[in-house]
Amino acid sequence: MNRKILIVDDEPNIVMTLEYTFKKNNFDVYIARDGGEAIEIVKSVKPDVVLLDIMMPNVDGYQTLEFIKSNNELRNIKVVFLTAKNKASDIDKGLKLGADKYLLKPFSIKKIVTEINELLN
Amino acid sequence: MNNYTLFLIIIIYLFGLFFIAFIAERNIKSKWVNNSYVYALSLGVYCSAWTYYGSVGIAATSGIYFLPIYLGPLIAIPLWIVVMRKIIRISKQHKISSIADFISLRYGNSRFLGALVTIVCVLGIVPYISLQLKAVSETFIIMTGREHNTSLGILSDSTFYIAVILAIFSAFYGTQTTDATIKRKGIVATVALESVIKLVFFLIVGVYVTFFLFDGTEDIYNQISVTDGFEKLVTIDSLESGFNWSFTIALSFFAIFLLPRQFQVTVLENTRTKHLKKAVWLFPLYLLLFNVFVIFIAWAGKLQLDESFNPEYYTLFLPLQNDNTLLALLVFLGGFSAVISMVVVSTLALSTMVSNNLIIPYGYLDTFIKGQSAENATYIKTIRRVSIFILIIAAYLFYYYFSIQLSLYSIGLIAFVVISQLAPSFFIGLYWNRGSSKAAIIGILIGFMITVYTLILPFTIEGLTGSREFTENGMFSLEILKPHALFGIDFLTPPAHAFFWSIMLNLLTYLIISLTSKGHYRERNYAEMFVDSSNFSSLQDNALVWKGKAYVADIKNVLIKFLGEERTERALNLFFEKYKLSKSAHMADARLVNFSEKLLTGSIGSASAKILISSVVKEEEISLVEVLKILEESKEAKAVNRVLTEKSNELTELTGQLQEANNELIQKDKQKDEFLDTVAHELKTPLTGIRAATELILEDEEMPSEIKSQFLQNILHDSDRLSRLINNILDFEKLSTGRDKLDFVEQNILDTILKAVNSTKHIASKKGITIDIEKEKNYRLKYDEDRIVQVLTNLISNAIKFCGPTKGRVHIAYGVKDNFIEVYVRDNGKGIAEEDFDYIFDKFYQSENQNIIKPLGSGLGLAISKQIIEKHNGIIWAEKGNKIGATFGFKLPFK
Repeated sequence: MNRKILIVDDEPNIVMTLEYTFKKNNFDVYIARDGGEAIEIVKSVKPDVVLLDIMMPNVDGYQTLEFIKSNNELRNIKVVFLTAKNKASDIDKGLKLGADKYLLKPFSIKKIVTEINELLN
Repeated sequence: MNNYTLFLIIIIYLFGLFFIAFIAERNIKSKWVNNSYVYALSLGVYCSAWTYYGSVGIAATSGIYFLPIYLGPLIAIPLWIVVMRKIIRISKQHKISSIADFISLRYGNSRFLGALVTIVCVLGIVPYISLQLKAVSETFIIMTGREHNTSLGILSDSTFYIAVILAIFSAFYGTQTTDATIKRKGIVATVALESVIKLVFFLIVGVYVTFFLFDGTEDIYNQISVTDGFEKLVTIDSLESGFNWSFTIALSFFAIFLLPRQFQVTVLENTRTKHLKKAVWLFPLYLLLFNVFVIFIAWAGKLQLDESFNPEYYTLFLPLQNDNTLLALLVFLGGFSAVISMVVVSTLALSTMVSNNLIIPYGYLDTFIKGQSAENATYIKTIRRVSIFILIIAAYLFYYYFSIQLSLYSIGLIAFVVISQLAPSFFIGLYWNRGSSKAAIIGILIGFMITVYTLILPFTIEGLTGSREFTENGMFSLEILKPHALFGIDFLTPPAHAFFWSIMLNLLTYLIISLTSKGHYRERNYAEMFVDSSNFSSLQDNALVWKGKAYVADIKNVLIKFLGEERTERALNLFFEKYKLSKSAHMADARLVNFSEKLLTGSIGSASAKILISSVVKEEEISLVEVLKILEESKEAKAVNRVLTEKSNELTELTGQLQEANNELIQKDKQKDEFLDTVAHELKTPLTGIRAATELILEDEEMPSEIKSQFLQNILHDSDRLSRLINNILDFEKLSTGRDKLDFVEQNILDTILKAVNSTKHIASKKGITIDIEKEKNYRLKYDEDRIVQVLTNLISNAIKFCGPTKGRVHIAYGVKDNFIEVYVRDNGKGIAEEDFDYIFDKFYQSENQNIIKPLGSGLGLAISKQIIEKHNGIIWAEKGNKIGATFGFKLPFK
């Protein structure tokens, strides 16, 4: 069975590259443009991993993460932040909130795939 | 005029004064009581009955010889600006309550000197007061036409009752508080009013005599100049009378400073030193006005009245003889006013001296030390009140038994000569620090004894025995001891002669003893404080050098006995706060000793204050050299301290400024950090897209070509976005740091709008959006056209971006309103969300409601537009409450 990944980002060009890559790597890819959409999809699809941007309109990445990790049924879902926020304080905050990994933009596609595979195995 | 009627009028008049004093005391803060005019007029207490009646008498018998009494003050007053200011400052600083206190403090709280000055003043002034009572009595007789009959006894003499009423008035309003330095506004107000009354009434009678009884001044002159002995009346005929003139001028020069009543009103009742400025011209003017008609009244009297009329009362006789009783009554009341103010102020001043410098230091200190504060206060007040009564009654008795024969003028001059004995120690002491208390005491004693011998004794003997034997032949019938011609100087009038010898020997004694003897350290200490007053006033309580052992509790106990518990606590708290001392301090220092002496001075006089404080402290003797050294050091320390304080203040200020600058920098830094963070984030976003797409194209050789071209398309798109972003950031930076200079050129606003529309037309038509302009007439104004095109392009692009998907329409309108050109850009999209209004012009703010497709802005467009419009002194805004679409508007100043 294919693993399920949810990509949450408001930048269509970035989403496009990630979608192409993970589909090629045999993931079922779901896409959300902000936190609100993401939560809906997480609840209905229960993906294995969520690739989450932080700076988004309406519901941001932090709120989305908090929602997932505070929900008993959802808290096993792996959440990986993928963001341009590279300050040590931001990274610290993200990991403290319960993110499983914190990856930085701009990213290498190869590395993202490796990291996600590592996390799921 | 019926004597009961007159007495009734007097009583009513007196009660009027009581009432005015009452009102003034009730309104001590009112500007009617506290102004420089009241102060200047109160100085008019100088013009007593002597001036009011006596001047005319002298003018009639000795010609212009009445003038020197006014020339002295006229010469003295310009000096006031310097001298009087200094005296007032010292008196306020040391809480001095009389001239006796002033002199005694200058010579180191000398108890004996204070008492001596008091005695001199009492002996000089009591006859002077009796002279005033005499004037009341005599004018009363003239008014009522009754013969004076001493055989009826004191109780049937109306003057006695008037004296008693004056004593009550003076005692009531003069001793409201135990602290004699507290101003007596009630008395000062009545004195000022009486000054006006006596001057006005005197001027009225002057005008009456000159212009109604005669045909003006020329008429009087023409008539008098043909009478015998006229020459004598208008000239100074010899060197001798020149001397007499000069001595009398000197005498009155001293009197204006030294007379207790003048010291009282000028120094003690002065509320602000700046009032002196008004007094310096107003008071001489007052004196001049008072003398305008003197000579004419005197001549008129000589012309109209025969020798049987006392020339001193021509002002009364002239209207009476011409059947003008009402005018005579006014004159009488004017003279009465002169008497009241002189008697009240003099007895007040004397009673303070008698209590603070004679009775208390010599008899009552022990009683006070045992007593409680309330009874002590009552005691002090009682002593003053009794003193007032005794002084007035003594003056009355002096008048009753003694002064019937003497003229107003002669007793007045005797008083002046006696008082002038204080001049050397007073004036020289102010400017010479070597003057010593021994010298002052002996000088005054010698001067006074000479005055007694040359002036008082002959008058007294003549007055009592009627014999001129002593006067003619001198003591032991020695030629050189003739009282009016000591050592053969026989060309001066008795007062001038007495003044000459007494003041000369007084002065010599004072100078010689001061130079030859070494003063006590304490008197030298005060001498320095008086002579160098401006310098030492800054040292305040540090100016007194004192060494010894004293306990705060002991001093406090003494203070409580006079000031009461509450006032003592308050005063000490202020003191401790001022010098930043601990309130639980056990030992007292020099400052507290000095401060406590000052506190007590107002109530019991400086000598008593010193004695009382010394009684509870153990003072060590210090050498004079040490005192001078310490004073010098504290002056230097003060100067150094001042420089340090200034520097410290400067530093504090600088630190404050630095702190502020630093805070500003930190704030700016924070803003910059945030800005950079946001910029970095915004730059990374397209970069991320470019990097990921490029990596995929490069690595994935199996990628279908349509996807590949999509990715390439994206890369192109992101690159464009990146460069646009960089341009906007630079642009925004340039505008917000002010490095951008706007190029103001006169333009037509419609042309500018068309330029912006042209550059956006193709995007609009691509999306099927129409742009229309509501054309108005041509408005020309100055602005930077490129920048305004930038704003318009931005607004139009935004409008296009947010237009509805079908039938999109952008509408542009412009017009003039209130000196502004207004331009509107409207779209028919979904409008601006309520929560966006506040932030829509912030940099990098992008509405959360545009999430259907991520718009392609940099997030800086509106922020840049705002900067541009504000640099044109205009305003940009988004309209609220639109039903359809969004409307942005801006306005630029027009004319």
